[in-house]
Amino acid sequence: MGTGAQSLTFLALLLPFLGAAVAPALTRVFKHNAAWLLALLPLWMFIHFAGFLGTVSAGGTIAGGFDWIPSFGVRFSWFLDGLSLTFALLISGIGTLIVLYSGGYMKGHPQQGRFFSFILMFMGAMQGLVVSDSFMMLFVFWELTSITSFLLIGFDHDREAARRAALQALIVTGMGGLSLLAGLLVIWNITGVQQLSDLLGTGDALREAPFYLLALVLVLGGAFTKSAQFPLHFWLPNAMQAPTPVSAYLHSATMVKAGVYLLMRLNPVLGGTAAWETILPVFGGVTLLVGTVVGIRQTELKQMLAYTTVASLGLLVMLTGFGSDRAIEAAVLYLVAHSMFKGALFMVAGLIDHETGVRDIRRLGGVGREMPVSFAAGTMAALSMGGLPLFFGFLAKEEIYAALTAGSTWGLLLTAVAVTGNALMFAIAFMVGLKPFIGARGDIQKKVHEGPALLWIGPLTLALAGLVSALASEAAHHLVSSPMASAVAGSVLEVHASTVPHIGLPLMLSLVTIALGVAAYLLQDRLRDAVAGALKAIGWGPDRGFDQAIRGLLRFSFVITKIVQNGRLDIYLTVTFATVALVLLVPMFLYGELPEMPSLPGLLPHEWTIFAIAVIGLGAVVYAKDRLTAIVSLGIQGLAVALLFMLFGAPDLSFTQFMIETLSVVILALVMTRLRLSPSDHRPAGEKAVDVIISGACGLAFGLLLLKVTEMPFDATLSRFFEAHSLAIAHGRNIVNVIIVDFRGLDTLGEIAVVMIAGLAILALIRVTTPRKDRPEAAGEG
Amino acid sequence: MEAAFSVLVGLFFAVGIYLILSKHIIRILLGIAIFGNAVNLLIFTSGRIVRSTAPIVPQHLDVLPAGAANPLPQALILTAIVISFSFFAFILVLAFRAYQEIGVDDTTGMRVAEPRGEPLPPMGY
Repeated sequence: MGTGAQSLTFLALLLPFLGAAVAPALTRVFKHNAAWLLALLPLWMFIHFAGFLGTVSAGGTIAGGFDWIPSFGVRFSWFLDGLSLTFALLISGIGTLIVLYSGGYMKGHPQQGRFFSFILMFMGAMQGLVVSDSFMMLFVFWELTSITSFLLIGFDHDREAARRAALQALIVTGMGGLSLLAGLLVIWNITGVQQLSDLLGTGDALREAPFYLLALVLVLGGAFTKSAQFPLHFWLPNAMQAPTPVSAYLHSATMVKAGVYLLMRLNPVLGGTAAWETILPVFGGVTLLVGTVVGIRQTELKQMLAYTTVASLGLLVMLTGFGSDRAIEAAVLYLVAHSMFKGALFMVAGLIDHETGVRDIRRLGGVGREMPVSFAAGTMAALSMGGLPLFFGFLAKEEIYAALTAGSTWGLLLTAVAVTGNALMFAIAFMVGLKPFIGARGDIQKKVHEGPALLWIGPLTLALAGLVSALASEAAHHLVSSPMASAVAGSVLEVHASTVPHIGLPLMLSLVTIALGVAAYLLQDRLRDAVAGALKAIGWGPDRGFDQAIRGLLRFSFVITKIVQNGRLDIYLTVTFATVALVLLVPMFLYGELPEMPSLPGLLPHEWTIFAIAVIGLGAVVYAKDRLTAIVSLGIQGLAVALLFMLFGAPDLSFTQFMIETLSVVILALVMTRLRLSPSDHRPAGEKAVDVIISGACGLAFGLLLLKVTEMPFDATLSRFFEAHSLAIAHGRNIVNVIIVDFRGLDTLGEIAVVMIAGLAILALIRVTTPRKDRPEAAGEG
Repeated sequence: MEAAFSVLVGLFFAVGIYLILSKHIIRILLGIAIFGNAVNLLIFTSGRIVRSTAPIVPQHLDVLPAGAANPLPQALILTAIVISFSFFAFILVLAFRAYQEIGVDDTTGMRVAEPRGEPLPPMGY
């Protein structure tokens, strides 16, 4: 592939983000019609990726990229085979329709520009995810889809339900993302590669590694949270709080399939083991049943669809883990079919809601005459979802039954699960796609008419695509299904399903499914009550569990905060200084690093005197009975320190210390005489004893530390440098001053800044006063 | 000589920390002032002690003669003294204003920022 095509692909990956940047401005100018312009971006991406169909269907792959973090071997690289390409086409193709649909659905919304921006950002993240080659890039885009999904679910952020749903989705999928990262690291550790395209060539290395199961479980943690497998499915129905275009795009057609994508992508290297073929069908099968059964209980259009999406994802996971080529073909067909019919049905549901103001299935009916286009789109999508001939869903369902019945007893069980699930999905499909349009007029207040073109282009196109792709099944298989199935299986597969029914077991099962589905549709009210009763009897679900977990976490952190941040300064200080003493003393004793016993220091008498003055000053501060004594004693120890500096070769320090100590004493005296405070200690002896022990230990620790330090040989390199260069380059004889104003001039500037800031803060403190009435009764004099 | 200084520094630290640990703001202030001196003496001593020869190059020489005091810790301490004074002045005024506003000089009674019996955070989303 040439550099031109390579940079075009890079542009295709970047384009949605650029679009997101300009979307708000465009929307300000063109209002909702900006959708027509913005839809050109995904459309161009779709055309660009469609250009690869020839290469990929001939068995080739497209790869490209550049170094991202070369020191870690991380690349920004993409890799397109049948699987990635199909996903890329679904994302950009459905994305085009969704952008148009958003234009109509969010028309007049004050934040429509922001909405376009988020949708495009998500599109970029999802597009990046499915074409990623390097692990790092896969992970980054994976998390980016979680974050953009968070933004979109919480789009109506002034409703608490939306905030909760957004947070829930972020927490569940975010945890999954971390699990995936760990899984990818384990895989990297085992195989030593960090590119998916290299990984696919490692054969059995992963399956035979001792840490295979760990890698598998971690990767499944990512895939199952993203693809809403039971019991982590609960975030997906809640995500219906998002505006309908989001539900149609993220939570049915694209993002939730990221988990399935990951499983399919890793099937050649992780699949085929007993663990894989047990975990996936079990979780998938349970999810399928739970999704459909709970789905039949729902009365709100979007909730019904959301649960069937959960169920469909379960079906896909089950098929991916079934372990036969036929099952993979079935999974591929069903995935493509689902993206088309579920996207269409969601948009129809949004359209009905938009035009009638009603979402409750029990109140809807008879609007087909006023909304003929929606009626057509909804019915066609329902026919595809129900798996009736002439539609792509039919091919998928025939293939599913053909795959499952070819297996053993295990397969029979899964067949039963699939028939039950499909029958219920059939019923729900027609409840959403057909019931609102036929029968008696429902309880609808608004004057109903067909929605604008922006709203029906999307669902109609997708519904028609489900029909056309089935009628031209040979071409569809050649271009999309077969290359994708081959990529998933890791070996060349040819898909042959066609719309012409063949007499056989799959067809019989299809008929059974349809019969059961029609029965469920007719008995929907009774089924709904039965399931509602059963769910009420259980009473608890993972959704409530999430609330309990979050509340538990809040209470836990509240308790911890109360312990570590209890608001008492003396406890903070006690803990701090006790830690200081322990950190200094314990290693000294443990490693035998105590200083040697020094000989009696040879100080001169006048030096001893000054030491004694310092000690007396210190003692007097502690024992002072009144304010003035304490202040004066503080001055005494300060002046003793100044004298020590003078005697031991530091005249500059001495002068500064004299001035500072004098100033301190003066200010302290000024302030303290204005407060009726006693400096003496009235606390009980027990409290004092603890303080004495801690401060004594700290004093001992610092003393020993200093003794030990001074017993070590002294490295004077730095001092020698200043001594040698002070006069030579800085032309100053007083080395201390030269260091301060010249060598470390910037530090001194910082110091001056500190003094200035402290001064300003003091000024502010003095000038700011609160009204008198806010003060407690016990306030002292001002 | 360093040994004598080490003992003195240990004593400065002990007294300073003892005063800081007491709950009266005035004693805490005194403790902080002493603590600052303790740190300065610690730096001073760890740079080794020389009697009465300041690190100043004499007029007739180009480099410092051997046996002069170590200039580096002195430069550090000079900065430290000034900064600790600014700090001291600030907390002195802070303590003064706090006493004016709250009316207590005992830190256990100063609970404006972290009041007693705070309720649970909101459990919603």
